[in-house]
Amino acid sequence: MKDILVRIGGDGGEGIISSGDLLTMALARSNYEVFTFRTFPAEIKGGPAMFQVRFGDQTILSQGHQADILVTLNEEAFRLHHAALKPDGLLVYEPAHYKPEGSFEAYAVPLDEIASHGVKSAITKNMVALGVVARVLDLSFETLEQLIRERFGKKGDAVVAKNLEALKAGSEFVAQHPVKKQLPVFAPLESSHKHVVMSGNEALTVGAISAGCRYFGGYPITPASDILELMERELPKFGGAVVQTEDEIAAIASVIGASFAGKKAMTATSGPGLALMVEELGLATMAEIPCVVVDAQRGGPSTGLPTKMEQGDLNLAVYGAHGDAPRIVLAPGDVEECLYYMIQAFNLAEKYQTPVIFLTDQSLAHRTQTYVWPDFSRVPVINRLLPSEAELKEYDRYKITPDGISPMAIPGMKGGCYAATGLEHTEEGFPSFVPKTHTIMSAKRAQKIEEVSREKGFTARFGEKQAKIGVIGWGSTQGAIREAVEMAIQQGLSVAQLQLKMVYPLPEADLLEFLQSVEQVLIAELNYMGQLNQLFQSKFLIPTQTLTKCEGLPFFAEEILAKLKEMSGSAKAAAQGERLATHNR
Amino acid sequence: MKPTWCPGCGDFAVLNALYQALAALDLDPKNVVVVSGIGCSGRLPIFVNSYGFHGVHGRVLPTAMGVKIGNPKLTVIAVGGDGDGLAIGGGHFPHAARRNIDITYIMLDNNIYGLTKGQASPTTLQSFQGKSSPYGVAEENLNPIALALAYDVSFVARGYAGQIKHLTDLMIEGINHKGFSFIHALSPCVVFNDTYPYYGKKVTPIAPYENPSNKMRALELWQDKHHIFLGTFYKDETRQTFNERIRDIIGQFPRDDEKYFKELLNRYA
Ligand SMILES: Cc1ncc(C[n+]2csc(CCOP(=O)(O)OP(=O)(O)O)c2C)c(N)n1
Ligand code: SF4
Repeated sequence: MKDILVRIGGDGGEGIISSGDLLTMALARSNYEVFTFRTFPAEIKGGPAMFQVRFGDQTILSQGHQADILVTLNEEAFRLHHAALKPDGLLVYEPAHYKPEGSFEAYAVPLDEIASHGVKSAITKNMVALGVVARVLDLSFETLEQLIRERFGKKGDAVVAKNLEALKAGSEFVAQHPVKKQLPVFAPLESSHKHVVMSGNEALTVGAISAGCRYFGGYPITPASDILELMERELPKFGGAVVQTEDEIAAIASVIGASFAGKKAMTATSGPGLALMVEELGLATMAEIPCVVVDAQRGGPSTGLPTKMEQGDLNLAVYGAHGDAPRIVLAPGDVEECLYYMIQAFNLAEKYQTPVIFLTDQSLAHRTQTYVWPDFSRVPVINRLLPSEAELKEYDRYKITPDGISPMAIPGMKGGCYAATGLEHTEEGFPSFVPKTHTIMSAKRAQKIEEVSREKGFTARFGEKQAKIGVIGWGSTQGAIREAVEMAIQQGLSVAQLQLKMVYPLPEADLLEFLQSVEQVLIAELNYMGQLNQLFQSKFLIPTQTLTKCEGLPFFAEEILAKLKEMSGSAKAAAQGERLATHNR
Repeated sequence: MKPTWCPGCGDFAVLNALYQALAALDLDPKNVVVVSGIGCSGRLPIFVNSYGFHGVHGRVLPTAMGVKIGNPKLTVIAVGGDGDGLAIGGGHFPHAARRNIDITYIMLDNNIYGLTKGQASPTTLQSFQGKSSPYGVAEENLNPIALALAYDVSFVARGYAGQIKHLTDLMIEGINHKGFSFIHALSPCVVFNDTYPYYGKKVTPIAPYENPSNKMRALELWQDKHHIFLGTFYKDETRQTFNERIRDIIGQFPRDDEKYFKELLNRYA
């Protein structure tokens, strides 16, 4: 696999996200596979921001750690990012600001002068830089021109013209001052499949709409807000309603109300919002009402790291409730899975009439990845079980059935009248505090979730069939672990990976099979305490090793590789992994 | 199921009024949803032969909103206590009002937390010496009518458990009202804070000549120190409802899911 990594660093407000997005789209339209990564400040203006795109001729599994090209719009960006540049990489910098030193090729481009005097618009500096990068990468100018027209067209011809002029100026500068750096030459795969390039938030929103979600209630919070915004724009086209509620409690309450009335409904939030929703989630479990809650995790506890990633809400998602309140917790591994597993999330919620929490995180929410044009028939849509005419004759809402699932009447259905209640209740739905009732009904709710643990298709296995080391991960770490596993195998290590797309209940059969095929178990996750490891330990009493990281950043494949080497007995490699990790802050 | 309230509780009267209002309106029970929070008053949906939703404490309004948006054809009635609606759930009241969601919200005000056995609620008078207020209530009490008027609720009325027929008429008017209707139902708790004698002396019908579209007059009426007025304080029938606005937004897009999916995906191609 060949790939190139470009990183752009500057201040929030200097337009690096915008030029990075354009670069990404241009690469995707040129049929490359892309994987982006960005960090941005929690402040609205100012503060360092970074955009990075890694692209290649095959699926890119992680954000990568060392840049081939680093563009810095100011000296601070150089200070922050030069360590992430390959020793023989290309640094694009502004000579009026500073003089960089290092083994890389320092390529001076008077960005400010070209923008201010050449283009006569200082704010087009980012476009000049984009022109430079596009020329160095030999990207099609027409593709970029088209993208700029699409993006800035609404702002008028003058804005489009200025941006195009800046792009051209950057490109021409390179034509006159050729770079020495030789980049790997490779053509994108000739692809018969049409591709899309989306963020995790975008993919899951599309997935939700295709699953039949027709009510969305939400309250803004980073990094979930763009789901609300996208829903506001798109859902009405499909006949759905969106409400920006007064808080997260109102959001989940309205979702449960809409679902009770027969609509597929969801909300999206981050840790602080999920914490507020916990009481209502218990209600949804008790009253057996389907609902889907996205938690795009960010660093916590409390307001924590609002713009950074962490896998820290597993405990909250799984256990956050009073009483025995079993629910389902899913964790997609990449952007494409955000779409398909969101359809699954609705399917499971509907089938088992229970809340489903969908755990992504800031890195997955905001990363963009290319994937094959969605095929919605891949995951057929499931709807809740409605009572038959005969069942409506003497309707029991919470009827005890072999699998715990009872037909759910919808208001408007004749004969189905019942009161959903958060109080413990009889099969008819009447409140009841008789000891036996609570036991039977608790068992009913627990049994449904047990059935879920037997659902197929919620793990993915990579690497060797029998291995010395088995790595277990969950959620957005899938690609980085997989890349590490592939590197480890190439270097002669014996490794396998099991990625969980459902973290509660644990997909037991797949896990047992995996455990039997490996000698040592490593659980890798992005939180301090090892939350999956604790959950795992409560189920399987076997020794595990953990690799945890709590820096607000995703895993780098090299860090995982170092741990695998350490487990295979090479301490030197471990030390190297640590060095790599400190490079990428 | 038979009500589980204490004999003499005002909530029986409110439930009776609701039965009669639903009967008079001739609504099919299958198209009615009664939503509630927690409290003695929160049990009410369980005693009505329609669809019901007995949720958690304080969240009746957003839940009822979800039901109404989920299926606009349903008649949605939200009920709850003064604690439910003004304390724990107080933050939802203004937003239900500004959305003008087409539901009827009946607040059964017993001036006490009944189900938790007698602590002061936001409407308890300062003079009340009870379990959680042995030296009287330190705060001044909230006035639900004043709040509803300030939040610009489009239908504001007050009834009394001691006058079932009148309360029934208000419910009929409220349910028929297009938009968010608020009915403050004085419903004494005979066990922990029996306000029947107090209300008995002070309740007074709003005079028939008063004009319910006059907000300034409504504000004067609630401020009257000598009377607790019963009747329709305010009514604005000109406002669009939340469901109508949602319908208008959705209505801009002729249904064609396939086309919209294609357009949506093409944005990312
Ligand atoms: C989150 C939460 N906090 C507290 C309670 C305990 N609680 C149950 S009912 C109630 C007060 C009810 O008062 P009100 O809403 O006025 O209704 P009433 O019982 O007087 O009709 C409280 C505090 C609860 N059920 N949930
Ligand atoms: S405690 Fe008070 S409010 Fe509750 S049922 Fe008894 S009388 Fe009614």
